[in-house]
Amino acid sequence: MSGPLLEISGLTMSFGGLVAVDGLDLSVNTGEIVGLIGPNGAGKTTVFNCISRFYERDRGTIRFKGRDITRSRSHEIIGFGIARTFQNVELCRSMTTLENVLVGEHAVIRSGLIRDGLRLRGVRADEARATARADEVLDLLGLTVHRDRVVSTLPFGFQKLVELGRALVSHPALLLLDEPSAGADQRESQGLAALIRQIRDRFELSVLLVEHDMSLVMGLCDRLYVMDFGRRIAAGAPADVRRDPAVIEAYLGEPDLEAAGV
Amino acid sequence: MGSMHWSRSRGRAMLPYGLGIAAVLAMPPLLNFIPGIAPGYILYLVSLALIYAIVAIGLGILVGHTGQISLGHAGLFAIGAYTSALLTFRLGLPFVVGLLFAGALTAAIGFLLGLPALRLSGPYLAVATLGFGLAIPQLIVWQGSWTGGSSGLHQLPPASLPLGAFTIVFRTDQDFYYLAAAVLIGLTVFARNVVTSHTGRAFVTIRDSEIAARAMGVDLVRYKTSAFALSALYAGIAGSLYAHLLHGISPEDFTVLLSVDFLTMIVLGGLGSVGGALAGALLLTLLQNALTRLPVVHDFKNLYVVVLGVILILTIAFLPRGLAGVVRSLRSRLPAAPERNGASRTDQIVELGEGSGAR
Repeated sequence: MSGPLLEISGLTMSFGGLVAVDGLDLSVNTGEIVGLIGPNGAGKTTVFNCISRFYERDRGTIRFKGRDITRSRSHEIIGFGIARTFQNVELCRSMTTLENVLVGEHAVIRSGLIRDGLRLRGVRADEARATARADEVLDLLGLTVHRDRVVSTLPFGFQKLVELGRALVSHPALLLLDEPSAGADQRESQGLAALIRQIRDRFELSVLLVEHDMSLVMGLCDRLYVMDFGRRIAAGAPADVRRDPAVIEAYLGEPDLEAAGV
Repeated sequence: MGSMHWSRSRGRAMLPYGLGIAAVLAMPPLLNFIPGIAPGYILYLVSLALIYAIVAIGLGILVGHTGQISLGHAGLFAIGAYTSALLTFRLGLPFVVGLLFAGALTAAIGFLLGLPALRLSGPYLAVATLGFGLAIPQLIVWQGSWTGGSSGLHQLPPASLPLGAFTIVFRTDQDFYYLAAAVLIGLTVFARNVVTSHTGRAFVTIRDSEIAARAMGVDLVRYKTSAFALSALYAGIAGSLYAHLLHGISPEDFTVLLSVDFLTMIVLGGLGSVGGALAGALLLTLLQNALTRLPVVHDFKNLYVVVLGVILILTIAFLPRGLAGVVRSLRSRLPAAPERNGASRTDQIVELGEGSGAR
């Protein structure tokens, strides 16, 4: 395939008078791990919500595998190969870990109400296959011990992992991670970096992540985009970005960044 | 895990159903041995309860699993009843045609009733469906020239089933009881299959997080309208059976109070539980009948309405998971049953379903 996997150009999105994303250009190549960073309110999650089609952008194009997805409906996006997680976790609270992960197979399983209700041929086999795939992912994420626990009883960090598992079983080509390290401590977030790399290699996917933990981002990402007030203020390799005067200014007074040694 | 383990736990899961079917078959002959009762009347009453249970199971999928409220199910029930009555009585078509057409038409109307749910939720959806429930009996009265107006339609033909060269006619209360039970069993199995499947998971995801549902590929338009249509199908089939059990119907059979009745059944039984909906319907129908027989309150016709309100409040306050929740917590105190992976997992969707209830 020629060209980047995901190519965003001139993306603009405003809420009333507030321009949340202003003419953003961004691309993710196959196999890359790309970070999208910036101070609070910079518009990072808004970019995710535009890609997921939760928000209707004002201007700009979003191409995935060369195809414009800005006219697609939100439930179609996962079928194209883009799966995501959420900053504040969107899980089915009453379901178990396994059931939540199975929800991620919705786009993979082809079945309907009547076929399910009559338990026509293949329904059980489909379920068994879906469960086997989900169990594999749970094993990879170290969630097997929590497989049959109701997900709302798990700590926040584990819930983030369940969301990651739910996204993975759909076999995405691009994984959008919204603050994967939220709820994790310093040591855990280093483990998370290794896990994300492992996932990238094993599932042969690309990753775009929004993250606040600078040490995680600097060590993990191949490239970074830095946003401030909806604009892209810097882009490039982590080592170059951290020396960029515009980035330093945007983060001035941000204790997180100083603590991370930027 | 050996195959022994598999079949044993599966047998255990199916046990309540086996017992239920045995009870259904054995009840009519056993009634003859109880002195001082009229078996025919009891069977009529139980048939009525079974018919309401069909509505309750369908409503449960909509409210309990998918999280979409409806206060208009008496309207759907009425459409099923009138469709079947008009087709058999006015056009002289066979009962089976009336039943199937009642189900299909009601499902189609349920699909349309689901369209507002794409924009509305919670109290707003409740009000929209309430409006539908209020309007249907009025429309029936208004179209009196063919619906019989407020006096209704009477002397409807008995239910019948053509089997090759023969036709079974369900003349007695006992005949009808078996018919209602057979339809209920079929629709219960269908409902359980749906809620423990791919489709059921999509329904629960819509209830718990519409955002997650959309991100995971659940088409809200398709699944919300499907849940409404399926729920309406149940109400329509039940309506048809109701018309032919009573041999007559009138608009006052289908007031908003009946919609509240249906909701109370599933709340009492436990939202998100197919078995709970069944139990709630049986209990409330029998209770309503028992209350009318209390001599003390003979002159208080609407006592049932008051009792219904009290049951609703007490259930929500003290048994938010309904009867199904009580059964589950009792069962969890027993030594744990060996779990078969597939069965235990899918059961949990149903059982855990009522945790957050309708939103």
